Amino acid sequence: MRSLAELFLTFAKIGLFTFGGGYALIPLIENICVEKKGWITHDEMMNITVIAESTPGPIAINCATYVGLKKKGAAGAIAATLGVVLPSFVIILIISFFFDRFLQIKWVAGAFRGIKLAVGILIVGAAVKMIRKTERKPLPLIVLSISFTAVMLINIFALRVSTIVLMLAAAFAGLAVYFIKRRSGKEAPK
Amino acid sequence: MIYLELLIGFLKIGIFSFGGAYGAIPIIREVVLSYGWIDEEKLSYMIAVSESTPGPIMVNMATYIGSDRAGIPGALTATFAVVLPAFLIVIILTLLLKGLIKNGAFKASLGSLKNCVTGVILATGAYMILINCIGGVKDISVDIPAVLLTFSLAVIYFGSAKIFKKGISPIILICIAAVMGVLVYGI
Repeated sequence: MRSLAELFLTFAKIGLFTFGGGYALIPLIENICVEKKGWITHDEMMNITVIAESTPGPIAINCATYVGLKKKGAAGAIAATLGVVLPSFVIILIISFFFDRFLQIKWVAGAFRGIKLAVGILIVGAAVKMIRKTERKPLPLIVLSISFTAVMLINIFALRVSTIVLMLAAAFAGLAVYFIKRRSGKEAPK
Repeated sequence: MIYLELLIGFLKIGIFSFGGAYGAIPIIREVVLSYGWIDEEKLSYMIAVSESTPGPIMVNMATYIGSDRAGIPGALTATFAVVLPAFLIVIILTLLLKGLIKNGAFKASLGSLKNCVTGVILATGAYMILINCIGGVKDISVDIPAVLLTFSLAVIYFGSAKIFKKGISPIILICIAAVMGVLVYGI
Protein backbone atom coordinates (compact mmCIF):
# COMPACT_ATOMS: atom_id res chain seq x y z
CA MET A 1 0.00 0.00 0.00
CA ARG A 2 2.81 2.36 0.89
CA SER A 3 4.53 1.87 -2.43
CA LEU A 4 1.25 2.45 -4.29
CA ALA A 5 0.93 5.79 -2.51
CA GLU A 6 4.55 6.54 -3.34
CA LEU A 7 3.97 5.77 -7.04
CA PHE A 8 0.89 7.98 -7.03
CA LEU A 9 2.62 10.91 -5.32
CA THR A 10 5.81 10.67 -7.37
CA PHE A 11 3.90 10.71 -10.65
CA ALA A 12 1.67 13.51 -9.38
CA LYS A 13 4.88 15.50 -8.92
CA ILE A 14 6.03 14.60 -12.44
CA GLY A 15 2.58 15.55 -13.75
CA LEU A 16 2.82 18.93 -12.08
CA PHE A 17 6.11 19.81 -13.75
CA THR A 18 5.50 18.71 -17.32
CA PHE A 19 4.58 21.80 -19.24
CA GLY A 20 3.16 21.19 -22.69
CA GLY A 21 4.01 17.51 -22.46
CA GLY A 22 6.07 15.70 -25.06
CA TYR A 23 9.59 14.37 -25.08
CA ALA A 24 10.90 17.13 -22.80
CA LEU A 25 9.75 15.20 -19.76
CA ILE A 26 11.74 12.02 -20.48
CA PRO A 27 14.89 13.35 -18.73
CA LEU A 28 12.76 14.30 -15.70
CA ILE A 29 11.21 10.84 -15.49
CA GLU A 30 14.63 9.25 -15.95
CA ASN A 31 16.10 11.38 -13.18
CA ILE A 32 13.36 10.45 -10.71
CA CYS A 33 12.56 6.82 -11.60
CA VAL A 34 16.03 5.56 -12.54
CA GLU A 35 18.50 7.66 -10.57
CA LYS A 36 16.63 8.73 -7.43
CA LYS A 37 14.14 5.93 -6.82
CA GLY A 38 15.84 3.05 -8.64
CA TRP A 39 12.43 1.75 -9.72
CA ILE A 40 13.53 0.80 -13.21
CA THR A 41 16.89 0.32 -14.92
CA HIS A 42 18.44 2.51 -17.55
CA ASP A 43 17.70 -0.11 -20.21
CA GLU A 44 14.05 -0.22 -19.19
CA MET A 45 13.92 3.56 -19.52
CA MET A 46 15.21 3.23 -23.09
CA ASN A 47 12.53 0.63 -23.66
CA ILE A 48 9.84 3.03 -22.39
CA THR A 49 11.07 5.73 -24.73
CA VAL A 50 10.71 3.36 -27.69
CA ILE A 51 7.22 2.30 -26.56
CA ALA A 52 6.17 5.92 -26.03
CA GLU A 53 7.40 6.84 -29.50
CA SER A 54 5.65 3.88 -31.14
CA THR A 55 2.27 4.16 -29.46
CA PRO A 56 -0.45 6.79 -29.51
CA GLY A 57 -1.23 8.94 -26.52
CA PRO A 58 0.76 11.28 -24.32
CA ILE A 59 4.28 10.18 -23.40
CA ALA A 60 3.66 11.02 -19.72
CA ILE A 61 0.82 8.48 -19.62
CA ASN A 62 2.88 5.80 -21.41
CA CYS A 63 5.75 6.26 -18.94
CA ALA A 64 3.56 6.30 -15.83
CA THR A 65 1.70 3.17 -16.90
CA TYR A 66 4.93 1.31 -17.70
CA VAL A 67 6.75 2.20 -14.48
CA GLY A 68 3.65 1.50 -12.36
CA LEU A 69 3.17 -1.87 -14.06
CA LYS A 70 6.82 -2.90 -13.56
CA LYS A 71 6.76 -1.84 -9.95
CA LYS A 72 3.38 -2.99 -8.69
CA GLY A 73 1.43 -4.71 -11.47
CA ALA A 74 -1.98 -3.49 -12.60
CA ALA A 75 -2.67 -1.61 -9.35
CA GLY A 76 0.65 0.20 -9.73
CA ALA A 77 -0.14 1.10 -13.33
CA ILE A 78 -3.44 2.63 -12.27
CA ALA A 79 -1.91 4.49 -9.30
CA ALA A 80 0.91 6.00 -11.39
CA THR A 81 -1.39 6.93 -14.30
CA LEU A 82 -3.95 8.59 -11.99
CA GLY A 83 -1.10 10.44 -10.30
CA VAL A 84 0.36 11.84 -13.51
CA VAL A 85 -3.07 13.02 -14.76
CA LEU A 86 -4.40 14.51 -11.51
CA PRO A 87 -2.48 17.83 -11.34
CA SER A 88 -3.36 18.95 -14.87
CA PHE A 89 -6.94 17.73 -14.42
CA VAL A 90 -7.43 19.91 -11.34
CA ILE A 91 -5.71 22.95 -12.88
CA ILE A 92 -7.68 22.82 -16.14
CA LEU A 93 -10.94 22.14 -14.30
CA ILE A 94 -10.45 25.33 -12.27
CA ILE A 95 -9.53 27.28 -15.42
CA SER A 96 -12.63 25.95 -17.20
CA PHE A 97 -14.88 27.46 -14.52
CA PHE A 98 -13.50 30.98 -15.05
CA PHE A 99 -12.18 31.04 -18.61
CA ASP A 100 -15.22 32.49 -20.39
CA ARG A 101 -15.67 35.27 -17.83
CA PHE A 102 -11.94 35.94 -17.92
CA LEU A 103 -12.11 36.36 -21.72
CA GLN A 104 -14.70 39.13 -21.35
CA ILE A 105 -12.08 41.45 -19.88
CA LYS A 106 -10.96 43.68 -22.72
CA TRP A 107 -7.20 43.38 -22.34
CA VAL A 108 -7.39 39.63 -21.76
CA ALA A 109 -9.37 39.20 -24.97
CA GLY A 110 -6.71 41.29 -26.72
CA ALA A 111 -3.94 39.14 -25.27
CA PHE A 112 -5.65 35.99 -26.54
CA ARG A 113 -6.11 37.46 -30.03
CA GLY A 114 -2.33 37.83 -30.04
CA ILE A 115 -1.76 34.38 -28.54
CA LYS A 116 -3.94 32.81 -31.22
CA LEU A 117 -1.46 34.02 -33.84
CA ALA A 118 1.43 32.42 -31.93
CA VAL A 119 -0.30 29.04 -31.79
CA GLY A 120 -0.21 28.59 -35.57
CA ILE A 121 3.50 29.37 -35.55
CA LEU A 122 4.16 26.90 -32.72
CA ILE A 123 2.40 24.14 -34.66
CA VAL A 124 4.34 24.89 -37.84
CA GLY A 125 7.52 24.99 -35.70
CA ALA A 126 6.77 21.52 -34.30
CA ALA A 127 6.22 20.22 -37.85
CA VAL A 128 9.50 21.78 -39.05
CA LYS A 129 11.38 19.95 -36.28
CA MET A 130 9.77 16.68 -37.36
CA ILE A 131 10.58 17.35 -41.03
CA ARG A 132 14.25 17.81 -40.12
CA LYS A 133 14.26 14.32 -38.60
CA THR A 134 12.49 12.79 -41.62
CA GLU A 135 14.61 10.46 -43.74
CA ARG A 136 15.49 11.90 -47.14
CA LYS A 137 14.11 8.92 -49.04
CA PRO A 138 11.33 8.76 -51.65
CA LEU A 139 8.62 7.03 -49.57
CA PRO A 140 8.78 9.27 -46.47
CA LEU A 141 8.91 12.43 -48.57
CA ILE A 142 6.01 11.32 -50.81
CA VAL A 143 3.85 10.32 -47.82
CA LEU A 144 4.64 13.64 -46.12
CA SER A 145 3.82 15.77 -49.19
CA ILE A 146 0.62 13.90 -50.02
CA SER A 147 -0.57 14.16 -46.41
CA PHE A 148 0.20 17.88 -46.32
CA THR A 149 -1.61 18.55 -49.62
CA ALA A 150 -4.58 16.39 -48.67
CA VAL A 151 -5.12 18.12 -45.31
CA MET A 152 -4.82 21.58 -46.92
CA LEU A 153 -7.48 20.60 -49.48
CA ILE A 154 -9.72 19.01 -46.83
CA ASN A 155 -9.58 22.23 -44.79
CA ILE A 156 -9.95 24.68 -47.66
CA PHE A 157 -12.88 22.89 -49.28
CA ALA A 158 -14.35 21.75 -45.93
CA LEU A 159 -14.36 18.13 -47.14
CA ARG A 160 -15.72 15.47 -44.84
CA VAL A 161 -12.63 13.29 -44.91
CA SER A 162 -11.00 12.25 -41.66
CA THR A 163 -7.23 12.43 -41.23
CA ILE A 164 -7.59 8.98 -39.66
CA VAL A 165 -8.15 7.65 -43.19
CA LEU A 166 -4.90 9.30 -44.31
CA MET A 167 -3.01 7.85 -41.35
CA LEU A 168 -4.28 4.32 -42.01
CA ALA A 169 -3.46 4.65 -45.72
CA ALA A 170 0.08 5.82 -44.89
CA ALA A 171 0.61 2.93 -42.47
CA PHE A 172 -0.63 0.53 -45.13
CA ALA A 173 1.67 2.06 -47.76
CA GLY A 174 4.64 1.64 -45.40
CA LEU A 175 3.70 -1.98 -44.83
CA ALA A 176 3.20 -2.69 -48.55
CA VAL A 177 6.55 -1.17 -49.51
CA TYR A 178 8.23 -3.18 -46.75
CA PHE A 179 6.89 -6.47 -48.09
CA ILE A 180 7.57 -5.58 -51.74
CA LYS A 181 11.17 -4.77 -50.88
CA ARG A 182 11.55 -7.97 -48.89
CA ARG A 183 10.10 -10.09 -51.66
CA SER A 184 12.29 -8.52 -54.31
CA GLY A 185 15.25 -9.62 -52.17
CA LYS A 186 16.52 -6.17 -51.33
CA GLU A 187 17.55 -5.28 -47.83
CA ALA A 188 14.48 -4.61 -45.70
CA PRO A 189 14.00 -0.97 -44.76
CA LYS A 190 14.93 -0.08 -41.23
CA MET B 1 -26.17 11.95 -25.14
CA ILE B 2 -23.24 14.20 -24.39
CA TYR B 3 -21.33 11.72 -22.18
CA LEU B 4 -21.31 9.08 -24.90
CA GLU B 5 -20.18 11.66 -27.47
CA LEU B 6 -17.36 12.81 -25.18
CA LEU B 7 -16.34 9.20 -24.58
CA ILE B 8 -16.25 8.28 -28.28
CA GLY B 9 -14.70 11.56 -29.42
CA PHE B 10 -11.86 11.46 -26.92
CA LEU B 11 -11.25 7.72 -27.36
CA LYS B 12 -10.71 8.53 -31.04
CA ILE B 13 -8.22 11.25 -30.07
CA GLY B 14 -6.45 8.90 -27.64
CA ILE B 15 -6.12 6.17 -30.26
CA PHE B 16 -4.98 8.30 -33.20
CA SER B 17 -2.59 10.78 -31.62
CA PHE B 18 0.87 9.77 -32.77
CA GLY B 19 3.97 11.95 -32.90
CA GLY B 20 4.44 13.68 -29.56
CA ALA B 21 2.75 16.69 -28.04
CA TYR B 22 1.77 18.42 -31.28
CA GLY B 23 0.87 15.18 -33.03
CA ALA B 24 -2.45 15.25 -31.23
CA ILE B 25 -3.52 18.71 -32.41
CA PRO B 26 -4.82 17.83 -35.91
CA ILE B 27 -7.00 14.99 -34.60
CA ILE B 28 -8.18 17.07 -31.61
CA ARG B 29 -9.11 19.86 -34.01
CA GLU B 30 -10.97 17.49 -36.32
CA VAL B 31 -12.96 15.87 -33.52
CA VAL B 32 -13.87 18.97 -31.48
CA LEU B 33 -14.85 21.01 -34.56
CA SER B 34 -16.92 18.17 -36.05
CA TYR B 35 -18.93 17.80 -32.82
CA GLY B 36 -19.18 21.59 -32.58
CA TRP B 37 -17.83 21.52 -29.01
CA ILE B 38 -15.76 24.68 -29.50
CA ASP B 39 -14.93 26.95 -32.44
CA GLU B 40 -11.61 27.50 -34.18
CA GLU B 41 -10.93 30.66 -32.13
CA LYS B 42 -11.45 29.04 -28.73
CA LEU B 43 -9.46 25.99 -29.86
CA SER B 44 -6.40 28.19 -30.46
CA TYR B 45 -6.85 29.74 -27.03
CA MET B 46 -7.05 26.32 -25.39
CA ILE B 47 -3.93 25.07 -27.21
CA ALA B 48 -2.08 28.06 -25.75
CA VAL B 49 -3.52 27.45 -22.27
CA SER B 50 -2.55 23.77 -22.50
CA GLU B 51 0.96 24.69 -23.57
CA SER B 52 1.29 27.03 -20.57
CA THR B 53 -0.07 24.67 -17.92
CA PRO B 54 1.24 21.27 -16.79
CA GLY B 55 0.13 18.10 -18.51
CA PRO B 56 -0.18 16.75 -22.04
CA ILE B 57 -2.18 18.90 -24.47
CA MET B 58 -4.77 16.22 -25.24
CA VAL B 59 -5.45 15.58 -21.53
CA ASN B 60 -5.84 19.32 -20.88
CA MET B 61 -8.15 19.61 -23.87
CA ALA B 62 -10.27 16.67 -22.71
CA THR B 63 -10.65 18.09 -19.21
CA TYR B 64 -11.55 21.55 -20.52
CA ILE B 65 -14.07 20.45 -23.14
CA GLY B 66 -15.61 17.83 -20.86
CA SER B 67 -16.09 20.43 -18.12
CA ASP B 68 -17.31 23.09 -20.55
CA ARG B 69 -19.91 20.75 -22.08
CA ALA B 70 -21.04 18.68 -19.10
CA GLY B 71 -19.48 19.87 -15.85
CA ILE B 72 -17.24 17.73 -13.63
CA PRO B 73 -18.77 14.38 -14.77
CA GLY B 74 -18.05 15.48 -18.36
CA ALA B 75 -14.47 16.36 -17.47
CA LEU B 76 -13.98 12.96 -15.84
CA THR B 77 -15.53 11.13 -18.82
CA ALA B 78 -13.46 12.91 -21.47
CA THR B 79 -10.19 12.67 -19.50
CA PHE B 80 -10.76 8.96 -18.83
CA ALA B 81 -11.45 8.38 -22.53
CA VAL B 82 -8.35 10.20 -23.76
CA VAL B 83 -6.03 8.40 -21.29
CA LEU B 84 -7.45 4.89 -21.65
CA PRO B 85 -5.94 3.88 -25.04
CA ALA B 86 -2.39 4.89 -24.04
CA PHE B 87 -2.81 3.05 -20.73
CA LEU B 88 -4.11 -0.17 -22.29
CA ILE B 89 -1.62 -0.17 -25.16
CA VAL B 90 1.37 0.04 -22.81
CA ILE B 91 0.00 -2.82 -20.70
CA ILE B 92 -0.69 -4.98 -23.75
CA LEU B 93 2.71 -4.27 -25.30
CA THR B 94 4.58 -4.92 -22.07
CA LEU B 95 2.77 -8.09 -21.09
CA LEU B 96 1.83 -9.74 -24.36
CA LEU B 97 3.55 -8.33 -27.39
CA LYS B 98 7.14 -7.67 -26.40
CA GLY B 99 8.42 -8.53 -29.87
CA LEU B 100 6.00 -6.33 -31.81
CA ILE B 101 7.90 -3.07 -31.40
CA LYS B 102 11.04 -4.60 -32.89
CA ASN B 103 9.14 -6.24 -35.74
CA GLY B 104 10.24 -4.90 -39.14
CA ALA B 105 6.77 -4.73 -40.69
CA PHE B 106 5.39 -2.91 -37.62
CA LYS B 107 8.28 -0.44 -37.71
CA ALA B 108 7.79 0.16 -41.43
CA SER B 109 4.10 0.97 -41.11
CA LEU B 110 4.67 3.08 -38.00
CA GLY B 111 7.46 5.04 -39.70
CA SER B 112 5.21 5.78 -42.64
CA LEU B 113 2.37 6.78 -40.30
CA LYS B 114 4.71 9.25 -38.59
CA ASN B 115 5.66 10.82 -41.93
CA CYS B 116 1.94 11.24 -42.59
CA VAL B 117 1.42 12.86 -39.17
CA THR B 118 4.28 15.29 -39.90
CA GLY B 119 2.54 16.42 -43.09
CA VAL B 120 -0.81 16.64 -41.26
CA ILE B 121 0.67 18.81 -38.48
CA LEU B 122 2.36 21.11 -41.00
CA ALA B 123 -0.90 21.54 -42.92
CA THR B 124 -2.90 22.15 -39.73
CA GLY B 125 -0.51 24.88 -38.56
CA ALA B 126 -0.30 26.44 -42.01
CA TYR B 127 -4.09 26.47 -42.37
CA MET B 128 -4.54 28.04 -38.92
CA ILE B 129 -2.09 30.82 -39.86
CA LEU B 130 -3.89 31.30 -43.18
CA ILE B 131 -7.30 31.63 -41.46
CA ASN B 132 -5.86 34.08 -38.91
CA CYS B 133 -4.54 36.28 -41.72
CA ILE B 134 -7.35 36.20 -44.30
CA GLY B 135 -10.37 35.48 -42.11
CA GLY B 136 -11.72 32.52 -44.09
CA VAL B 137 -11.49 30.81 -47.42
CA LYS B 138 -14.96 31.73 -48.67
CA ASP B 139 -15.01 35.44 -47.88
CA ILE B 140 -11.42 36.57 -47.86
CA SER B 141 -10.65 39.75 -45.97
CA VAL B 142 -7.00 40.36 -45.26
CA ASP B 143 -6.45 41.30 -41.61
CA ILE B 144 -3.37 43.53 -41.91
CA PRO B 145 -2.57 43.82 -38.16
CA ALA B 146 -2.82 40.01 -37.86
CA VAL B 147 -0.50 39.55 -40.86
CA LEU B 148 2.08 41.91 -39.38
CA LEU B 149 1.87 40.35 -35.91
CA THR B 150 2.10 36.81 -37.30
CA PHE B 151 5.11 37.81 -39.38
CA SER B 152 6.92 39.39 -36.41
CA LEU B 153 6.16 36.41 -34.16
CA ALA B 154 7.47 34.01 -36.80
CA VAL B 155 10.65 36.07 -37.15
CA ILE B 156 11.09 36.06 -33.35
CA TYR B 157 10.44 32.33 -33.00
CA PHE B 158 12.43 31.00 -35.94
CA GLY B 159 15.05 33.76 -35.72
CA SER B 160 15.79 33.00 -32.06
CA ALA B 161 16.46 29.37 -33.02
CA LYS B 162 19.20 30.64 -35.35
CA ILE B 163 20.80 32.84 -32.68
CA PHE B 164 20.49 30.67 -29.54
CA LYS B 165 21.06 26.96 -29.71
CA LYS B 166 17.57 25.99 -28.61
CA GLY B 167 15.62 29.11 -29.51
CA ILE B 168 12.93 30.53 -27.23
CA SER B 169 10.45 28.15 -25.64
CA PRO B 170 6.79 28.00 -26.73
CA ILE B 171 5.73 29.57 -23.42
CA ILE B 172 7.98 32.61 -24.02
CA LEU B 173 6.50 33.04 -27.51
CA ILE B 174 2.98 32.84 -26.05
CA CYS B 175 3.93 35.58 -23.52
CA ILE B 176 5.37 37.81 -26.25
CA ALA B 177 2.22 37.27 -28.34
CA ALA B 178 0.02 38.11 -25.35
CA VAL B 179 1.85 41.41 -24.78
CA MET B 180 1.60 42.26 -28.49
CA GLY B 181 -2.09 41.31 -28.44
CA VAL B 182 -2.80 43.61 -25.48
CA LEU B 183 -0.98 46.50 -27.19
CA VAL B 184 -2.68 46.04 -30.57
CA TYR B 185 -6.20 44.83 -29.65
CA GLY B 186 -6.65 45.32 -25.93
CA ILE B 187 -6.28 49.04 -25.33
